[in-house]
Parts: sequence; C-alpha cells; structure tokens
Amino acid sequence: MTQMSTRDWLLSDHPASRRQAKLGQAYRTWSQLRRNRLAMLGLGIVILLILMAIFADMIAPFDPLRGGDLRTARLLPPSWEHLMGTDDQARDIFSRIVHGSRLTLMVVAMVAIIATPIGLAVGTTAGYFGGWVDTVLMRITDIFLAFPRLILALAFVAALGPGIENAIIAIAITSWPPYARLARAETLTIRNTDYIAAIRLQGARSPRIIWGHVVPLCMSSVIVRVTLDMAGIILTAAGLGFLGLGAQPPQPEWGAMIASGRRFLIDFWWVATMPGIAIFVVSLGFNLLGDGLRDVLDPKGEK
Amino acid sequence: MAVTSPANTGGRWRALSFYGMKTGKLIATVAVTFLGLLVVTFLIGRVVPVDPVLAVVGDRASQSTYDAAYQALGLDKPLYHQFWIYLKDALSGDLGTSILTKKPITEDIARVFPATLELATAGIILGTIFGIPLGIWGAVRQGKLPDQIIRVVGLVGYSAPIFWLGLLGLLVFYAKLGWVAGPGRIDIAYEYSVTQITGLLLIDTAIQGQWDAFRNVLAHLALPAILLGYFSMAYISRMTRSFMLAELAQEYIIAARVKGVAEWRIIWVHALRNAAVPLVTVIALSYAGLLEGSVLTETVFAWPGLGQYLTNSLQNADMNAVLGGTLVIGIIFVGLNLLSDLLYTVLDPRVRRRG
Repeated sequence: MTQMSTRDWLLSDHPASRRQAKLGQAYRTWSQLRRNRLAMLGLGIVILLILMAIFADMIAPFDPLRGGDLRTARLLPPSWEHLMGTDDQARDIFSRIVHGSRLTLMVVAMVAIIATPIGLAVGTTAGYFGGWVDTVLMRITDIFLAFPRLILALAFVAALGPGIENAIIAIAITSWPPYARLARAETLTIRNTDYIAAIRLQGARSPRIIWGHVVPLCMSSVIVRVTLDMAGIILTAAGLGFLGLGAQPPQPEWGAMIASGRRFLIDFWWVATMPGIAIFVVSLGFNLLGDGLRDVLDPKGEK
Repeated sequence: MAVTSPANTGGRWRALSFYGMKTGKLIATVAVTFLGLLVVTFLIGRVVPVDPVLAVVGDRASQSTYDAAYQALGLDKPLYHQFWIYLKDALSGDLGTSILTKKPITEDIARVFPATLELATAGIILGTIFGIPLGIWGAVRQGKLPDQIIRVVGLVGYSAPIFWLGLLGLLVFYAKLGWVAGPGRIDIAYEYSVTQITGLLLIDTAIQGQWDAFRNVLAHLALPAILLGYFSMAYISRMTRSFMLAELAQEYIIAARVKGVAEWRIIWVHALRNAAVPLVTVIALSYAGLLEGSVLTETVFAWPGLGQYLTNSLQNADMNAVLGGTLVIGIIFVGLNLLSDLLYTVLDPRVRRRG
C-alpha cells in the first residue's frame, strides 16, 4: 500500500506543500534518469567509490603504507593473496588503491567546495550589477580561461610547492571561471523578473537579493556543471600526481602510483597499470553520470 | 549562437565599417587579455617561496654579491615598478634567462616548440579525419548501434588518463610487439645526419630525401600522435554529431528530401556545409587543447617539446622557464581562440549581426 501511495503523493498534480513539489520534481528526474542504463552504471561506480572510501580500512587486506618483507614480497604479480600484485616497496597494490579512493574523493569534494562559491559569487555579482562591474569581473574570468587548465594548475603548484593541499588549491583556482560564466548567464535572465523587482521595492539591499534570491536559483545548473567537471578534476589531479606535484609519497595517490610504476613498466606491468584502471573507471563513472544528468535536466545543452 | 534576422540592405561600405569596428573591439579585448596573462604570470612569480636571488648567485655568495644581484633583478623597487619592467621585457621578447640551460627562455622555447607543433598537428589531423566522419555516422544512425559504439569510444577518450594510455601503448606496441619506435623523436643514429630546417623532422627529412630517417621519425611519431588524435577525435566526433543532428532537423533538409535529392548528398553537401562553420571553432579549440595534452604525453614519450621543457623546468625549480612556457602557451591559446572567432565571422554571414 505504502509503495503505491508514496508514488501517487510524489506525482500529485496538486502538491500541498513546497516540499512535496520539490520531492515530486526530484522523483520525476530520478525516474527519467533510471531509464538511462549508462547513467545508472555511472551512478553505481560513483556509489561504489564512496563506499570504498568510507570502508577502506575494512576492505583493504593490507596496510597501504607499510610494505611486507622486502626480500620475498616485492613486485609480486597479481595472485589470490595480492589481487593486483605488490609494488617495489612490497606494498599490496589493491590496498593502496582502496585507500587512494579517499584522496580522490577528497580532491573532488574540496575543489567543488572551494570553486563553486567563487564562481557563484563572481558570476552573480557581475550579472546582477552589470556595467563596469560586469566588464571587470568577466575580463578577469576570461583571463583565467585563457590558460589551459592543467598548465595554469602546474604554474600555481610550482609556485606554492608540491603537495595535495596545494594541488587542490591550484585546481580550484583553475576551475571556477566556467561556473562564473554560467552563473552570470542565469543571473541575467533572473535580474529583470518581477519578483526581483518586488523584493527591491521592499527595500532589500543588493547583497541580500543576490545571496537570498539570485544564488539559490543559479544553484542547480551550477551543480550540474560541477558534476560534469568532476571527471576532469580527477584527471587533472592524477596528472599533477603523475608529474610529482600532487600528493607526495608514500601517500597512495593513483597518479603518483602510476609514476612510480613507470620505471619498471616493461618487466612488472601491473604496478603502473592497476592504478590507471582505477582512475579510468572512476572518471568514466562520473562522465556517464554527468552525461545522463545533463540529458535529463538540460536536453538542449550538448555543451 | 543566436541567429538574428539577416542584415538589412547595407552596402559594401557598411560591411567594411562593421569589420573595422569589430576588429577594433577585438584588438582591445586581446590587448587586455594579454595584459592579464602577464599579470597572472607575474603574480605567480612573486608568490614563489624560492628566493630568486639565491637561484642566480648560489647560496655561498657574499652579502655584496647578493645585494648587487638583488638590485639587478629590480627587487628593491615597488611592485608596480617591477611589473612595468616585466611588461617591457616581455613585450620586447625577453622572458628572462633559464637557470637550467643558462640561455634566454625565448630562445629555449623557439628551439623546443617545433617538436610540440609537429606532434599536435599530426594529432589534430588524425582527430579531424576520423572525428568528423564518425560524428556524421553517429548522427545519421542516431540511437542505433553505431551511434552507441561511437559514443562509448568517445567517452573512453574523455575518461582515460592520457599518460596512462601512453604508458600502456609503449608497453604493448613498443616493448611487446615492436610495431613502433620507442620514446624520443628520432633514433640517436640519425640525430646528427638530419639538418634542421623547419624543425619539423618529417618535413626536414623529406626535403633532404633521407627516407630511412623519415621512416624512423614516422615510427617515433605514430604512437603519441595517434594518442593525441584519439583524444581530439573524442571531442570532435561528439560535437560533429550534435551539430549534424541540429542541421538534419532543419526544414531545408526536408525540402531537399521532398525534392528527391540523394541521401548522401543531403548529408555530405547540404547539412555538412552548414555544420562546418561551428566545427571550425571546435577544431581550433581542440588544437589548443592538444597543447595541454602534450605536457603529459611528452613526459611519457620523452618528446623534446614545450611540454617536456615545462616539466623539466618545474622539477628543477626553474621558475622563469615555467612562467615563460606558461605565458607562451596562454598566448597561443588566446591566438587560436581569436583565429576561430575571426574565421567564424568570415564563414557565417549570420554571425555578423551578432555584434
């Protein structure tokens, strides 16, 4: 009974509350997304990644940082005991990849948390005020867009010094401009609406209008865009790690693991191959999910 | 790409004055962007924790040597004055001296750039000749098996770390199968027999008729170029597909079908010609994107280009060289964007009204 009635409540044409309308909208989006099998695969991968990060200590059979016996356990090929083999420090690669998922998730989450507010603030301010504020802010945005992302991140990390925190800061600094552009475009359509005029007539100041009324409306499209970017963030972070500028050894960062396996690629192929598979699967998952979300939420916007 | 009504009957004069204004505005925009690029690289250079003076004089220099170098570098002057010096130097083509190679950075970059140019150009050619037909095929068979397969192949291209695919490629095609040559641009045996004319080794060896060396260069180029080509193919085919879908839904296509025009002609002549205009932008952008991809690719393939120069300088804390390389890549990026904008205006008369 509850199953059907919940569904009816969600799909009701006359929602009784704002919450019901919102949940109903989310349910419709979800049931549309559910039909896209590739997007579901992507969602599955992302959920798996999150679970892996949460339960890393239970899943990983070995310590990710301390290796086994250097005389007998180095560079072992994949076997039942070591699913993905061991590396040159006799560490279990599978355990390292499981723990590395925490670093990957942390990078993605931190970049999203830092870059989204910057993009929103710059974009909505520029769009709301227009005029010279708009010109100045958008010029600055364009200048950041004028550098390829990885190159600018490289320059920043070179200046700040290598390390995972600095890599996160550098990627965040290079990630916000597209969000600012998007938020500005949304704001331009919002700022001339009647309800904004009504709020202004009530005497609300600009900061209040922007943060209280414009930003919430820009939020959803910016969040979709951030989801679409997550695969790119993972690849950039892995690239920085590969160049030795991201997480420092002995941390189990996937890109850095590939770099360390590179020296003996030909004789011990699994050391560099396994972390690459992890990066590939996770970024494919985010791409599939993001693609599906875009199809559902924004059918016209084929980037 | 909002399409407005066609221009009202203006003469050639009006069109010319339009181009004049548009060009003036563009030049101003580009000038501001260049200035911004310089500000960014300048500021990054100032936050470096490495003492630039120590990098020049070494840590055993006496206090007087240190002070002299400090003044020679202009570090005693206020920040805006330092920026003014930086700006003047950069505009006259002086990006400072590399600590690693002891040569002017402009000279270093001019030396390594042809390698990157050759690689990126080979990549974009492959990406275009495979990407456009695949995109068209996907659009024509929308939702069918070919479309699905092309979409997945493209997604793999978006998702795989390029340096990892490069390593796997080396492992399989070089170490195991021996189909291609290993890292580097050319075998050591040929290194001194080829005179550098253009710096593009394929052309240099062809001009001099050294066909053995030509084949060797090709064997070295094949794998990294295919790799970069794959990545740009992923982007180009996806965009071609969506542009073609938009065109094929237009009324003039229906009119052509009703008229009885052959399907291949509708696709390859009518629709593609209109889709080609935005595709120019896409190709220019992905050419610029290959510069980014080349940093990681060149590291994997020991390719002596701009990307490897950048990473080498990074690992040796040679900040001048890093910022010089960043600036040059930024300028090329802006230049390609500008070029695609201009081509767009030339190719599509509707855009002229967009202002």
